[in-house]
Amino acid sequence: MSKNIKLISIVLFALFSFFILLKGLDKSNTYSPSIDKNKIDFNFKSKYLFSEKEVFLNELLKDEGMTLINIWASWCLPCKDEHAYLLKLKSLNNLNIIGINYKDNENNAKQFLSELGNPYTNIITDPNGINSIELGAFGVPETYLIENKSKLIIKKFIGPLDDKSFIQLTKIIQ
Amino acid sequence: MNKMKILSKLIIIFLFFQNFSSAETSQQVDKISKNLRCLICQGQSVYDSQSDFALSMKILIQNKIDEGKNDEQIYDFLKNKYGEWIVYDPEINKNTLLLWVLPLILFVFGGILILRKVSIK
Repeated sequence: MSKNIKLISIVLFALFSFFILLKGLDKSNTYSPSIDKNKIDFNFKSKYLFSEKEVFLNELLKDEGMTLINIWASWCLPCKDEHAYLLKLKSLNNLNIIGINYKDNENNAKQFLSELGNPYTNIITDPNGINSIELGAFGVPETYLIENKSKLIIKKFIGPLDDKSFIQLTKIIQ
Repeated sequence: MNKMKILSKLIIIFLFFQNFSSAETSQQVDKISKNLRCLICQGQSVYDSQSDFALSMKILIQNKIDEGKNDEQIYDFLKNKYGEWIVYDPEINKNTLLLWVLPLILFVFGGILILRKVSIK
């Protein structure tokens, strides 16, 4: 009798662990804090791409509407895939898109844009990745939709944009 | 001649202290980055990792130290950006309570088991 109970409890425990681990598989590996916490300090200075002038990110956000901030680099292959979506967003909604050029070489960035088109209203540089950390980014590509007035992140896309995120974005913007 | 000697001594002292101070701040970067989880590389600290993210993080920490921020302020800054998950030492709150209390419960439970066995004998 007691042997039976032992066996049953072991089996139950194994099943319990199995389902906990199975559930864990569904969770994504990249962790990000809740959006409502994400009030970001846009008050950092950065150099424009293709120019020596510097600007605060704050000044590039308009007073009304929304801004899309996209972190990209010419060496990043997924960035090429998502570029078409950025161009579409630009032409459809005349959205203010700010590019952050992440750890890139200026000549390569120039070539990238002349080959694929330039959806960005302004591009600032991030030669050692510090500015992206100020935004709470993990790497490239990453996209943030920001409400200009409250300076809050409404939506955050880690990794390249795709059909699903594109539809989400256009819905929110309209 | 004498002046030269004094000058060279001064230079040596200057170099020594400069080295010393820079070594000290990089030690502080090491200490902080050992406590930070590298969020894009699994199972590594920012200190251990050579990923782009971790390298940038180390530069950022150095900059913050140069700005005169203390350890606590730097942790708070990063927690604000990336959430509690980035630090290895989680604070006690509603979500982490079980994490902190569980070892204690297991310890007490184990103690009771041992006591029972001993007293039965």
